[in-house]
Amino acid sequence: MDLNFTAEEDAFRAEVRQFLKDNLSDEIVAKMRGMEELTKEDLENWHATLQSRNWLAAGWPVQHGGPGWNATQRHIFDEECSAANAPRIVPFGLGMLGPVLLKFGTEEQKAEILPRILDGSDWWCQGYSEPGAGSDLASLKTKAERDGDDYIINGQKTWTTLGQFANKIFCLVRTSSEGKPQEGISFVLVDLDTPGIEMRPIRLLEGGYEVNEVFFTDVRVPVANRVGEENEGWTIAKYLLTHERTNIAGVGASTQALAELKMLAAKVSRKGKPLSIDPIFMAKVAETEIDLEAMRITNLRMLSADATGREAGTVSSMLKIKGTVIRQSINDLARRALGPAACPFPSEEVIGNLAVAPPEAARNAADYFNNRKLSIFGGSNEIQRNIITKNLFGA
Amino acid sequence: MDFTHTEDRRMISDSLRRYLADQYGIEHRNQAAYEAPFHDTGKWAELAELGILGALVTEDQGGFGGHGFDIAVVFEELGRGLCPEPVLGNLLALRLYAALGQTERVDAIIAGTARAAVAVHETDAFVDLDEIAITANGSGDSVTLTGRKSVVYGGNSADHILVVAKNASGLGLYEIAPGDAEVMGYAMIDGGGAAEVILENTQATTLSEDARGIIEAALDAGRLALCAEAVGIMDVLRDTVKDYLLQRQQFGRPIALFQALQHRLVDFSIEIEQARSIVILAASKLDAEDRALHIARAKNLIGRAGKLVAEEAIQMHGGIGMTWEYGASHYAKRLIMLDAQLGDTEDQLRTSMELAAA
Repeated sequence: MDLNFTAEEDAFRAEVRQFLKDNLSDEIVAKMRGMEELTKEDLENWHATLQSRNWLAAGWPVQHGGPGWNATQRHIFDEECSAANAPRIVPFGLGMLGPVLLKFGTEEQKAEILPRILDGSDWWCQGYSEPGAGSDLASLKTKAERDGDDYIINGQKTWTTLGQFANKIFCLVRTSSEGKPQEGISFVLVDLDTPGIEMRPIRLLEGGYEVNEVFFTDVRVPVANRVGEENEGWTIAKYLLTHERTNIAGVGASTQALAELKMLAAKVSRKGKPLSIDPIFMAKVAETEIDLEAMRITNLRMLSADATGREAGTVSSMLKIKGTVIRQSINDLARRALGPAACPFPSEEVIGNLAVAPPEAARNAADYFNNRKLSIFGGSNEIQRNIITKNLFGA
Repeated sequence: MDFTHTEDRRMISDSLRRYLADQYGIEHRNQAAYEAPFHDTGKWAELAELGILGALVTEDQGGFGGHGFDIAVVFEELGRGLCPEPVLGNLLALRLYAALGQTERVDAIIAGTARAAVAVHETDAFVDLDEIAITANGSGDSVTLTGRKSVVYGGNSADHILVVAKNASGLGLYEIAPGDAEVMGYAMIDGGGAAEVILENTQATTLSEDARGIIEAALDAGRLALCAEAVGIMDVLRDTVKDYLLQRQQFGRPIALFQALQHRLVDFSIEIEQARSIVILAASKLDAEDRALHIARAKNLIGRAGKLVAEEAIQMHGGIGMTWEYGASHYAKRLIMLDAQLGDTEDQLRTSMELAAA
């Protein structure tokens, strides 16, 4: 047992830290600290910066343009990026479609699509959930019918994150209604410029716009755009749910959010004293910090075990549940720390001119509400519990 | 022992419930709540006609209620209807004007012809009255005020603003005309209006130089109102979650058939009954000597129950509970944010511990 990082790992950490220091602008750091929505350009620029160092596709092997990092290196990279308030890497192409193609794609698909993800030519989004198929994803109804060398797609997808920035979408579609619902699903790649596609924004409860509904009416897609065999898309969906989830616990992001919370607690006062010395509030902060510290080790322990099969499913589900609960608890405390200063709707006028709350905390209530999504999306925490239960009882 | 409300209170509760259900649907509510002046002035006049403002002060003071249960029944319905009207700010003002015998102001507010707000908080004094820094300059008829009052509920649409400020004898209460200050209004994240009030040698009328007692009593009335509002909101969320679980089909059946979800709905329903009980207790104590302790206890429990109910309501709805378009998300938002008003869960816990030890 040795909890220390090796000298090489420490050197790697220092290298990442220096790179972030040299390349991350003050403007982006301020936006990140203030929880501002980043523009498409902000995100693309950051991707390009990382790609210039070959660090964009953290999970990809070297021959396809990734850095070839192991799990520990990826963990260190994530911790340093979060600590430096770097934008998160948009996961749909890099963390989701990329690994799917590497595992299930044809050589042609890899050669054509992977470089375009790396150089930013394509922005992918995800078409999984439907209004009637959320937790029960396998019941999805969006239909792809064969017509010669094409599929004709009809149906509706929803909760498509950052679809407004995307030019491509990967979808789970129904290609057969025979047998179990899981057996008739295929994974297809669709150009969003194809006639018959309409994207509509969904406004979230705090007022932000990051998810969309996508409607498909007689959308013609070449059969060659399918990844994997016909009717074997569910295998791909399951693969994504249990692999490539190194960062699912969000340890780095929670660590940084907790540091911000402590700084805020030192800035605001209760009963004439800094909130940071108030035992009632700080007891809750301390408990959350203890949970986070344990999760940091759980995360490292599970990453280094390099689990497979059922075990991998349990691990990623556990990390998702605990990680989201801890993050939401930090969000809750960050909102509470402000007292009534959390109340104003965070318009530019309120943040810029009125400064009721410190500027980096003005969106704390909005962020609290927005992050309620963490325990719902990517397989709700209820579904994660079902997965763990199944594995536990061997059902 | 009798836990039924009087006939008069049932009447105002029923008529307010019907009015809000008919006239203040969620779409209209969301439009009014987020666009200046962050409420509907026409509906304000109609609510006044219904008598909901008169219910907040006693007969002697020009109203027809004024007791804890009068405030509770009104605000429970405002919660059930998710009403963004500035009733809280006007409740605080009414209680203060009434305590000071300012009948002209009381009558105008009850009639719906004037609105008022109370400026208490400052950016370094969001909870504790002892931290208030703004100090009255001068005395009697010639007082000026300088400084910033922050997050003044209903301050954006008030005709009169009552300012709490320090003076030689403690805390005084001063009235200003909004036009003599810089009043910057905004929507709150859960809808409804508030304002920053910037005072700079602002001319003020002294209403009381020794007002600490009535200010604390008015704030406690406001806390009771928020607790009752929360109970109305929680009842709606429980019904909405129940209906959704019955209607939402996944895995070939209504998700209401999953025991994991059934038990969670039961757990938060139990907390709602606990919340209802402690609000009844607090309402019965509004005019009692141990008022402050009971109000603090109620708002602490409401804060804890409210967080559970709001977060579970969103979670059990899944994605749809995260959307602006779905009504329940706005109820959940209000339920979370009202905790921050007039002292949150932890603030009430501190107060409860201090007062219970005293």
